[in-house]
Amino acid sequence: MKHLLTTQGLSKDDAILLLDTSAQMATTQSRENKKLPTLRGRTVVNLFYEDSTRTRISFETAAKRLSADVINFSAKGSSVSKGESLKDTALTLHAMGADAVVVRHSASGAAHQLAHAGWLDAGVLNAGDGMHQHPTQALLDAFTIRRHLVGNVGEDGRGTDTSAGADLSGLRVAIVGDVLHSRVARSNVYLLRTLGAEVTLVAPPTLVPVGVETWPCRVSYHLDETLEQWQPDAVMMLRVQRERMSGGSGSFFPSPMEYSRKFGFDARRLAVLPDHSIVMHPGPMNRGLEISAAAADHPRSVIVEQVANGVAVRMAALYLLLSGTDETSTDERNTL
Amino acid sequence: MNPGSRMPESSAPLSTDPSTDPSIAAARTVLGEADIARALTRIAHEIVERNKGAADLLLLGIPTRGVQLARRLAERLTQIEPAFDGEYGTLDVTMYRDDLRRQPTRAVGQTVLPGSLDGTIDDKVVVLVDDVLFSGRTIRAALDALNDLGRPRVVQLAALVDRGHRELPIRADYVGKNLPTSRSERVRVRLADVDGGVDAVVISAASTTQASTTQPSMTQPSAGENGGAR
Repeated sequence: MKHLLTTQGLSKDDAILLLDTSAQMATTQSRENKKLPTLRGRTVVNLFYEDSTRTRISFETAAKRLSADVINFSAKGSSVSKGESLKDTALTLHAMGADAVVVRHSASGAAHQLAHAGWLDAGVLNAGDGMHQHPTQALLDAFTIRRHLVGNVGEDGRGTDTSAGADLSGLRVAIVGDVLHSRVARSNVYLLRTLGAEVTLVAPPTLVPVGVETWPCRVSYHLDETLEQWQPDAVMMLRVQRERMSGGSGSFFPSPMEYSRKFGFDARRLAVLPDHSIVMHPGPMNRGLEISAAAADHPRSVIVEQVANGVAVRMAALYLLLSGTDETSTDERNTL
Repeated sequence: MNPGSRMPESSAPLSTDPSTDPSIAAARTVLGEADIARALTRIAHEIVERNKGAADLLLLGIPTRGVQLARRLAERLTQIEPAFDGEYGTLDVTMYRDDLRRQPTRAVGQTVLPGSLDGTIDDKVVVLVDDVLFSGRTIRAALDALNDLGRPRVVQLAALVDRGHRELPIRADYVGKNLPTSRSERVRVRLADVDGGVDAVVISAASTTQASTTQPSMTQPSAGENGGAR
């Protein structure tokens, strides 16, 4: 594995290897000494053209726990505000000897371009590109689902994870909300399907993307119907991405209150689900819009654990991308 | 008897004379099932003798085959020392290796400490158990891994086979069999509970030098073949 750009086309073996490695990384994170020497001397650049709190901090923590050096780059306060192109930034990073670049960009395909344009030889991790993909988020969601619904870690998530090597076959996952703008939904649909789970997208028709019929999932316009009749094992709420709704929230649904009533997750809807089911949200949450405070803070909500698992999953991704033979790149770099 | 003094007879690379080995490519069994069982029984006794009992003793096997050897040693120790609780752990050293960038990516294994320890190895007598002691680099990685888990009182090393060619100042405290080998040969430990078949230690002449670089893969974690020590 040289890059992690998308979950579409990620093989099942690689996906399970990522999850298993994440599980091992997670156990090291419960120790007193959380730091591993594995990536000592390697440099990871966080290249963030979009605002992010948890993804950037999560990647930074993961890299530091593996002893890599981390350089944070955000578009604000850098030469990007002077008009520097992605290519020139990439060439700069190449000259500085970055071993891995974690990139978030508002343009779909930016990570792919960075990885394949020949500008730099570092491994590229996509941390979200436009409305396209966010693979580590999907991996941490799959990891969280596997721990709870296959590995039987218990409600508090502290039990022993017994799910090594397992996939998610037979599990039902409902992904609810702003599918149109969501790279999290796209990444999850493909990854969960690869791992054998069944996925249903639930959204108002205005927030379902064109071409969704080619995705390996079902689509429903009715949340209550899906919860009652399909009985999903996990419900993943998506954030309503108001910053991507050009005309304000009014252009995709009549009012926040109506959205909340028809597609918001609350304690009443939670009660309809089977007892083992879990509630997820990639964050940041709009409390009161897509999820009520009672549901977000419910014992069956694993939202905080998702953040913790994010560090383990990103450690696994960095490990698998950065260890292993990498002779050519070092040689080239030495000549610079 | 001081087991620590039993170093491999020779660290010279040509300790096996090719003329005594009729078929270069053919595998030769050096230890059979009974030999391995006897060696483990002796090592168990040596561990008790050296440590004057089994108090605070913790066996940690290095995956893959070291774990099974640790389990067998633990079984024997419970027979010798009824006070011993029969527990053993697993110590994965993958993330501490010094050759991560020179090998294909290795899958990370599990580190499991016996539940009774409460996650700490402080002040324990740790006996690391591995199948083949070769360059010593695996053991160096294991010492670093231990360091991150706590501060044991003593660390000792038991290896089923010591094949020489050390690249680091490391020696085993308990050795099943000292096996003079040439660098190009492959020493493989086959255990019934890992590989199927019968227990055996097999030497074969590696057909090419790439034998040591090709075998660890993403899907097949670690060790076993070739001493697993590179």
